[in-house]
Amino acid sequence: MESTAARRTPPRVEADGAQAALLRVERLSKDFGGLRAVANCSFSVRAGTITGLIGPNGAGKSTLFGLISGFMRPDDGRVYLGGEDITGLPPHRIFRRGLCRTFQIPREHKSLTVLENLMLVPPDQLGERFYNPLLRPGAVRRQERELREKARDVLDFLTLGHLRDEYAGTLSGGQKKLLELARTLMADPRIVLLDEPAAGVNPTLMGRIRDRIVRLNAERNITFLLIEHDIPLVMGLCDPVIVMNQGMKLAEGPPAQVQGDPRVLEAYLGGQYGAADD
Amino acid sequence: MSDVVLVRSLLLAIPLAFLATRAMPRRLPPAARLVLGVGAGWLAALALVLLVPVGIMAYLVSFAIVGSIYAVIALGLNVQWGYTGLFNIGIAAFFAVGAFTSALFTTTPPTGAAAAFTQQAFGLGAPFLVGVLAAGVAAGVLAAVVGGPTLRLRDDYLAIATIGIAELVRLIFQNERWLANGPQPFRGIPQPLSCLVRDAGCPYLPAPLMELFAPLAPRDYTYVYLAITALFVIVTFLVLERAIRSPWGRLLRAVREEEDAAAMNGKDVARAKLQAFVVGAVIMGIGGALYAHYMVAIDYSHFDPLYATFIIWVMLMLGGSGNNRGAIIGAFVIWGVWTGAAFAVDALRPVLAAISPELPARGPYLRLMLIALLLIFILLFRPKGLIGEERFVSRHTGEREA
Repeated sequence: MESTAARRTPPRVEADGAQAALLRVERLSKDFGGLRAVANCSFSVRAGTITGLIGPNGAGKSTLFGLISGFMRPDDGRVYLGGEDITGLPPHRIFRRGLCRTFQIPREHKSLTVLENLMLVPPDQLGERFYNPLLRPGAVRRQERELREKARDVLDFLTLGHLRDEYAGTLSGGQKKLLELARTLMADPRIVLLDEPAAGVNPTLMGRIRDRIVRLNAERNITFLLIEHDIPLVMGLCDPVIVMNQGMKLAEGPPAQVQGDPRVLEAYLGGQYGAADD
Repeated sequence: MSDVVLVRSLLLAIPLAFLATRAMPRRLPPAARLVLGVGAGWLAALALVLLVPVGIMAYLVSFAIVGSIYAVIALGLNVQWGYTGLFNIGIAAFFAVGAFTSALFTTTPPTGAAAAFTQQAFGLGAPFLVGVLAAGVAAGVLAAVVGGPTLRLRDDYLAIATIGIAELVRLIFQNERWLANGPQPFRGIPQPLSCLVRDAGCPYLPAPLMELFAPLAPRDYTYVYLAITALFVIVTFLVLERAIRSPWGRLLRAVREEEDAAAMNGKDVARAKLQAFVVGAVIMGIGGALYAHYMVAIDYSHFDPLYATFIIWVMLMLGGSGNNRGAIIGAFVIWGVWTGAAFAVDALRPVLAAISPELPARGPYLRLMLIALLLIFILLFRPKGLIGEERFVSRHTGEREA
């Protein structure tokens, strides 16, 4: 699958020796009418990390994902992936540079089977041009066979193997979350943006998702940026953790440090830690 | 058995042999299926020609011609709506552009006295197949022009744009005299291979072949044309099945289902939609060309929304959108219901007259009502059509790989 894999570049090393930012967001802003969903937000995600992105509801986390992955255009600011400016590119172009995302509410292709949901993903398939199945059926078939093998491996890795011929629409909520993750793996991404991978997932399945994220990170050097509300999960899985509030980065650091930060507590719980408020 | 019966049965055997071959059990080896299918198809054709009275047979053949033309257009709509979810309610535009383009390409401009009565923008006198090709290209270009800007927007815009373009195209052909004889019928569209049924014969065909067709009289031309339209249905069907049961079909279905996810999985959604829209329109244009060469004379009124858009939608809905076999079956069934309803309304004349003296004169509207009712029943009780979509898109996906 090397030919269809997203282009990889080795992680760059900055002058001071620290690992370079794989993803860098600079002074990003987005307004919805009068509402400032993302306000002058800057941060970076280092290659090889599992970075957590937390913050109270409405902090602008999902909007930020939309801006990074090309679904929305920022009003201001830039996004860099591996040093290249990707601001304003359409989602499929950003995908080709090795950035995948999942959605908070899974968006599976309901009337495709689980297997075909995965086989869809790799870019530049010969058979995606309608004349190739007619003119070069042998080459298309060979490529399909490779894709199917790869899709099966990914499904087995994510314990969805037994469901591969089911319509994706019939999966449970948690299985759909796994399917979202599975699809990103078909592309050999450099970085995956996960939007609440554990929301609505039962604890067993959640443990599995978490375990797979750790393994993908360690074994295949995939960088993760994940939004999550499950604080124990984030604290156990992510380092560093970025806290957002009101469209801005509020704090960043190792989980323990962030957890003890009074500004973070205030953002989550209100002034004076919310004792008397609300 | 006379020679003419034999030749008619041979022509009729083309669609029947194809159907019979496909109906043969899958267990048999392909060669056996082909031999048995062709044999069975030809026998069935022979039986029809021998046993069915000539008059009824002539009617059935022209019925099948129109059914095949509608089948081609329904296949085009199936690419757009069935597989990709593109809401084209201006089929008439592509149908009409195909029909008039082929007419213009294949006729020669009138000279002498006729020139005073007939006007046309150009006339190349090109062969039938060139006309068909031009029809497909013209309809495809129109689709690219309409789809280019609108397919990037929400679905509703395509619907609005297509319904508008269909009216526009029809009004242009109604009013622009210089283009294709304005409100008057555009006449004299050549019938392909009509030389087969004439005494002079076709100079470009080898003599033995001409000898085979010698028994045909001009009234047998419909058999020739049925063979031609049937071949077009068969080729379109086979080409589409191949193209659809592949990563292309998977891409289209993915775009139909969940656009954002397809985009996030690296697919250029706008391009996929435009491709499907243009491919579907090309097929519709080819259907238009087939229609023009069958009718010999066409005018703008043939392309009103009822006959050229609405009925084709009902065909696809009934047959099963997302299924090419369904599109073809739907075309024939609905065309059967439509023409059958005419007989029914005629037969009911006395009853209708008893209800109200004005009612028999309004028979045609009853047909419309019937089709509309049928559509409602399909949507209520059989929303996926007679045969729905298949589970596996790509032929290479399931365990059933050959």
